[in-house]
Amino acid sequence: MDHALPLSDPWLLRPLPAFGQLSATDYTDLGFMVGLEVHQQLLTSRKLFCRCPAGRYQTDHQAEVLRHMRPTLSEMGEYDGTALMEFKTRKNIIYLLNNETVCTYDMDDAPPFEIDDVALDHSIAIGMLLGCNIVGEVHITRKQYLDGSIPTGFQRTAIIGTDGDIPYGGKNIHIRQISLEEDSCREVSDQGHERVYRTDRLGTPLIETVTDPDMKTPEEARDVGQIIRHLARASGLVRTGSGAGRQDVNVSVTGGTRIEIKGVSSLRAIPRLVHNEALRQRTLVGIRKELARRGVTSAAISDEGFDVTAIVRGTDCKFIAKAVDKGAAVMAIPLPGFQGLLQLQTQPRTSFLKEFSDRIRVIACIDDLPNLALSTQEVPTLSSGEWDRVIKACSVEPDVPVIVVWGRRNDVETAIRETAIRAREACEGVPMETRQALDDGTNGFERILPGADRMYPDTDLPPIPLLDERVDGIRASLGTRPWERYASLKELGVNHDLAERLSRHRAWDLFLLLYPKLDAETGHLGLNTLASMLLDRSCPRPASMAAARGWWEKTLDRINSGEIIPEAVWNSDEELLTRLEDEEARSIFDEALNYLPPDGPDDPDDPDGQQKREHFAMQHVMKDLRGRVAGRKVRAWISEVLS
Amino acid sequence: MSFNQDDYKGYRSPTLDLLQSQKALVWSQVTLHTDRGDFSGLILPRSETADADHIVLKLSTGYNIGIRHNTVQRITVGERKVANYKIPEKKFPFDPVKPRVKLFGTGGTIASRLDYRTGAVIPAFSPGELYGSVPELADICNMETDKLYGVFSENMGPEQWIGTAQAVAAEIEKGVAGIVIGHGTDTMHHTAAALSFMLQNSPVPIVMVGSQRSSDRPSSDAAINLINSTRTAATSDIAEVMVCMFGPTSDKYGLLHRGTRVRKMHSSYRSTFRTLSDIPLGKIDESGVTPFRSDYHQRRDDRKIDLKAVFDDRVSLVYYYPAMKPDIIDSLVDNGYKGIVIAGTGLGHVNKPLYPALDRARAAGVHIYMTVQTMWGFVQMYVYETGREIMGLGVIPAANMLPEVAYVKLGWTLGQTHDPEEVKRIMLNPVNGEITEREPHNGYLLFQGGIPEVDEFISSHWK
Repeated sequence: MDHALPLSDPWLLRPLPAFGQLSATDYTDLGFMVGLEVHQQLLTSRKLFCRCPAGRYQTDHQAEVLRHMRPTLSEMGEYDGTALMEFKTRKNIIYLLNNETVCTYDMDDAPPFEIDDVALDHSIAIGMLLGCNIVGEVHITRKQYLDGSIPTGFQRTAIIGTDGDIPYGGKNIHIRQISLEEDSCREVSDQGHERVYRTDRLGTPLIETVTDPDMKTPEEARDVGQIIRHLARASGLVRTGSGAGRQDVNVSVTGGTRIEIKGVSSLRAIPRLVHNEALRQRTLVGIRKELARRGVTSAAISDEGFDVTAIVRGTDCKFIAKAVDKGAAVMAIPLPGFQGLLQLQTQPRTSFLKEFSDRIRVIACIDDLPNLALSTQEVPTLSSGEWDRVIKACSVEPDVPVIVVWGRRNDVETAIRETAIRAREACEGVPMETRQALDDGTNGFERILPGADRMYPDTDLPPIPLLDERVDGIRASLGTRPWERYASLKELGVNHDLAERLSRHRAWDLFLLLYPKLDAETGHLGLNTLASMLLDRSCPRPASMAAARGWWEKTLDRINSGEIIPEAVWNSDEELLTRLEDEEARSIFDEALNYLPPDGPDDPDDPDGQQKREHFAMQHVMKDLRGRVAGRKVRAWISEVLS
Repeated sequence: MSFNQDDYKGYRSPTLDLLQSQKALVWSQVTLHTDRGDFSGLILPRSETADADHIVLKLSTGYNIGIRHNTVQRITVGERKVANYKIPEKKFPFDPVKPRVKLFGTGGTIASRLDYRTGAVIPAFSPGELYGSVPELADICNMETDKLYGVFSENMGPEQWIGTAQAVAAEIEKGVAGIVIGHGTDTMHHTAAALSFMLQNSPVPIVMVGSQRSSDRPSSDAAINLINSTRTAATSDIAEVMVCMFGPTSDKYGLLHRGTRVRKMHSSYRSTFRTLSDIPLGKIDESGVTPFRSDYHQRRDDRKIDLKAVFDDRVSLVYYYPAMKPDIIDSLVDNGYKGIVIAGTGLGHVNKPLYPALDRARAAGVHIYMTVQTMWGFVQMYVYETGREIMGLGVIPAANMLPEVAYVKLGWTLGQTHDPEEVKRIMLNPVNGEITEREPHNGYLLFQGGIPEVDEFISSHWK
């Protein structure tokens, strides 16, 4: 081991705090901040800029096209970060085309059609619900993406509103903006120099709600994400279900940088993810300090690689031997000053070394793992004799960590350069990247972070004025926000859980229509029961809203008149069972009790025996009585008979 | 009040009045206090074609928005920083071993850069600018550039055809390995035909190129087309006027089309250019040019070229339709037109009511040629009586010349002579493939989607 150079930052000496171990104050001390970009697909029949159907999910295709993404230059005459990286990867981008969902617009062989007005209206409405200022004229902008996820190389996107607010836990979360944009392709695979996308989702109208970094704990980030999603869901204007919503989560800590974790589909995953990212950033900050203390500067890090193919030929290390047999080149790069740093944990089960492995995988397209070996690694790779010769070939002291990479020569050369770039970035701290969420709550490198400077106007479409008439019309038909609904439900006397659920459920409108019909005098049906019936999936759900309203009104009348009991609504078809008079019910009850199956609980020594026997009997007799007589009445009869 | 014209660039009254009254100049950082809330950003110039009612702001996030003038209560004006559109140049490297290629520009943008701050797309054209955006060019040749025109493709006409032909001839006489001509795609095939007639027996390739997706976008075909055309100009053995554009819509290879047989066939596809009634000259990719045929004009070492840069623009192309009335032809004759190319139906037909007008046109000395609006195939006016009658009125069948090509050729011919026999001799004597002896069966391939075997082929090959 190479602990010849000790570590000074106490953070680097302690094990990483597990998720759940840090208090709000700990996060404050870290300077932890989270901002969200919540994406939700709008409920429209068409895609945003063409007439293809939206919301289809497909698994087959009839044709493919092959494209490349070429970086365009910024005003300084330099390729910018992402552009350079994507171009370095020289990816063949392949799009799978299905005739039903893709037209020449989607495949970037035709200009856009005019924007879908339904999507525009929906986005304005949700912008208003978020309290945003609605713009006077919508300008469609091109936002460059070179990963190929959109065949044009840019996403058409437009600001609908700015500067909104949503209440959360006694404070306001500031909404920076809401934009309307086209969704990207679904990635099918990304291996070596080939990335494949499916195009069914491409072009689906999407809203993106961007918050300021106002969230200070992992749980706050999840909660606010939930509020934003529920707000849009409650409006009935967005798609729900898998794939219809996802979040980009921006995390930073003191001394770190804004890191975007992209495409987080589950809100539940957010707390652990942002916690782990905070740990990663804090560790990278510690490494930066340590490198500075050791006098390692980015300028001093060389990107010179050393060909060690001859040295490792015939090695017992299987994965390297196999690659060399297939003609792979093997190169080494020493990292002087990095003694003891590469094995430091940045996230659970993840060391600093993985930052290098990720870069090599994504940028040099060497994606057979492991894709590097480290001289100071504890896991067995090359033999110590081979390492000695590799280190000698690099002309460095024996304790200097050396990274070895293998693969196609061009790719290996890219990998060596990229290793040096990542090492230099370590001297600066946390590099600007977008990262991808992994299933275990950690995250991995995705690509260099695109900045605000990747936007330019879309010249294919004119600006769209939003005249007062249109905006006022949308405002007039605007629904209420979940937190407003919750407040009015609480005021009516609905309990917390039901109010919470109903306030974001599409049954809300139905509840508003129905609750005045409840007969307080008879008390046959209470508010909470009505609310839970409307939310319950086992209650009948006539297909259309109009039918639902009629059916429920009639059902309520029947309950009020005593013709049916509320329990009839549960577990029933649309035709409901009528209430039994007590006398008739009792005779069915007595009859059923006579035929109680013999295999019931009968242990006389069981202290809960009585309760179990009653429960068993209840199950049996209710088969004939469910929905026709109140359960509590039957329970009373059983207690009476069995006591 | 006096002000610099660019201070409020693109803004007109009433928005202009508002900006002036608040002294809010373009490129100023401002906050607009409006009926719909406050909006902060940089005031951008307004497009001349957009309405006069909105102010354009660039937000700090890079997005643009518009704010309607009459919702603005007041404007807080901050710092102003005028944008500078200049592109930094990198010197195009010179390599004495590499061939010299001359790139002429006629308009449109072959390459460009984005100014992210303003969102402007800045054309790149000088060798230094081109090298900055398409550095691969330096691996192929030593490049020089000359901007001849700065017009959209639809504004290219006889004057520009003549000017371009003269410039190309002068360059070839100086000694050059090949010529590339950047051109908008809409009328590229008209210019390709004109240059085919005006520049005969070239010793080097003359390659026309454009792009279907603008060069500011990452998916653009511009860079690949430019690389392909430059490689063709520098290395190809085919010394003809050619159009070099995408073969399939996938990024696979470019096709080299003979300038007299090529046509733009789709309003937006990358693979829009097609050779009609024949096969292309060849294809071009990273590995170089692969000819599909051997009957092309080969590259020579000399610097001789036959320049015939003439054109009489008193020529019209009439696309016939069933209810056409004779006054269409009459009005052309009355307005002094000397040549008419008709794109007739089927094998080359028009209706009977046109006969007297055609007769009158011939009497007035107008040269009339028949082509087919079916695009593929030959005119054949003997098959039906109609055809024979129309020929009897002096209309001359133009074999399988494409209508646009026949139009260009008739104007070029009338630039040389008005003697009917001489005009006919020139028109029907092919310069370079505008009339072919025969039509190969694979010169007409329009696949129909939906046919199982076609769909099967499409699913297993790059589109």
